[in-house]
Amino acid sequence: MIKIENLHKSYKMGNNSLHVLKGINFSVEEGELVAIMGSSGSGKSTLLNILGMLDLLDEGSYTLDNVPIDNLTETKAANYRNKFLGFVFQSFNLINYKNAMENVALPLYYQRVGRKERQEKALKYLDQVGLKEWATHLPSELSGGQKQRVAIARAMAAEPKVLLADEPTGALDSKTSYEVMDLIQKINDDGNTILIVTHEPDIAEMCKRVVHLKDGVIIEDKKVEQVRAAQYVQ
Amino acid sequence: MFDIERWQEIFDTIRKNKLRTFLTGLSVASGIFILVILLGFGQGMQNGIDAEFKEDAATSIWVWPNRTTIEYKGLNPGRRIQLRNENYEAISSANKEDIEKASMLYFPRGTQMVYNNDLLVYEVAGTNGNLQSIENEFLSEGRYINETDVQQNAKVVVISNKIKREVFSHLESPLGEYLMISGAGFKIVGVFGEHGENEGEEERVFIPITTAQLAFNGADRLNNLNYMLPEMESFEATIKKNDEFTKELLSYLKQYHDVAPEDERAIRLWNPIQEAKRFYTLGTAIEIFFWVVGLFTIIAGVVSVSNIMLIVVKERTREIGIRKALGAQPWSIIGMIMHEAIFVTAIAGFSGLIFSMGLLEIVGPEIEVDYILNPSVDFKVALSTVILLIGAGALAGFFPAWKAVRVQVIEALKEE
Repeated sequence: MIKIENLHKSYKMGNNSLHVLKGINFSVEEGELVAIMGSSGSGKSTLLNILGMLDLLDEGSYTLDNVPIDNLTETKAANYRNKFLGFVFQSFNLINYKNAMENVALPLYYQRVGRKERQEKALKYLDQVGLKEWATHLPSELSGGQKQRVAIARAMAAEPKVLLADEPTGALDSKTSYEVMDLIQKINDDGNTILIVTHEPDIAEMCKRVVHLKDGVIIEDKKVEQVRAAQYVQ
Repeated sequence: MFDIERWQEIFDTIRKNKLRTFLTGLSVASGIFILVILLGFGQGMQNGIDAEFKEDAATSIWVWPNRTTIEYKGLNPGRRIQLRNENYEAISSANKEDIEKASMLYFPRGTQMVYNNDLLVYEVAGTNGNLQSIENEFLSEGRYINETDVQQNAKVVVISNKIKREVFSHLESPLGEYLMISGAGFKIVGVFGEHGENEGEEERVFIPITTAQLAFNGADRLNNLNYMLPEMESFEATIKKNDEFTKELLSYLKQYHDVAPEDERAIRLWNPIQEAKRFYTLGTAIEIFFWVVGLFTIIAGVVSVSNIMLIVVKERTREIGIRKALGAQPWSIIGMIMHEAIFVTAIAGFSGLIFSMGLLEIVGPEIEVDYILNPSVDFKVALSTVILLIGAGALAGFFPAWKAVRVQVIEALKEE
């Protein structure tokens, strides 16, 4: 599904160049649930941004679902993001003046899905995350966990090839974090490919594979025995 | 533009952001409103000034002779000039196209006016039917001197309201009474009046010019020539015509009477439109003033619309980032922002336009103040202002939107 070869990325900071990713080789098969771990500054977020086409790579190659991702223009990146990728952010990034259902329906708008179908689909995905009754509520009326579930529903509504989550539990307490991870595991059980950036070991343990980044290189890449989050959720 | 999904998205945004939309709309609407009212009153002052001078200063011209002051062709200065019928006819036939009304006055000398054995001391003047329009006199009874009177040397007389009051107060109507002028009986056929308080002119009776010249030994002598020129489509054109006509008339009279061309005093001419010209210049200054003020109002409007758009886009940077992360094309975001901006400014602009023009329509004709008459505004001018503001709003929305779209998604998402 994802194949990355010899990925380099540096940032210019004044006269200095900061080499963030120093030759990453990495691939993800369909249906995997991968945690990318590392301390802050290890380059994990940069990697996720490049995977999400939110940032450009300097060197190396990136293939997503057998499509080489290169020569990205804004328009092309927008197309790929819309077709291939779903995002979940630490700070949820819901549009505050749209209610839960409208937020979930938004990626479908950019897929040129009709209004009626958009609403039906949005309700279906809200139902999946257990928030159907909250469809007409604004983000400000939802709790953190609920917001993140809406965000996950929004990411899934576009039916992406890969779901990218950047610290999805970073702003949540542990109980809510487990609820969200339970949801992510269930989505993964349905065969969806998911990448999670996290620095919390207990979250990483709930994935099937953990990739450890340090100073811009992968120092560890191992399959783990998945801890089901459901056991922590009453 | 006709993408129904886009419209729905925009209506959603507008509905969910009522305050923002309302404030944007209010500033545009009030800008247009102020501008239209301002231009309307500018036009009103213009109209008022036009009306003020129109009343006193029609396009009339009075000509009367005096003594020469400069020696010319061997003739001494101080010579009295006498206008003649021939002058009147020559001027009339040479300027048939340009003259709307032509008349003359002849004051017979040494006449005696008697009614019921009372001697009356009013002036007798011979004229034709056109004088009424040129002097702007109204008829309160009967009729004025007419063409037939002139042709038939009729012994008819038109008296003034003042004379009617002073001499004929015992009668219901003076019509049909006879005035004896130097022994000849003149039948009273009409009573005229002067507008306003100008009763000095009412010390006069009018008889047909031909009768005056024949009966009182006038031969072909005339004392005054009076003309009224037609009003042209513009005031400038009227003045130009007026200048041409008076110049030609003076040069003809000077040549005919052997008056030196540079002698300004031998033939006198009164031309009220020249007075009006001063008012007109004032009107132009006022018009320019209102345009300048209006222009600054538009600039202020453009600036405020731009400002609002800048803030709106800045406020939405994060939202733009989210939309981009969800796969929005850059141009679809720019399009959405501009679409919304144009829609809001257009609705607001036209409401301001309709409201202000409606106000002018309703209140305008009611206004009765000197120098302000029927304030109104050229619809085309107002409309182009609205379009200008909409364009400014769109342009003002475009640049920040374009900038916001260029921002990397990650950066945009960090915005608060």
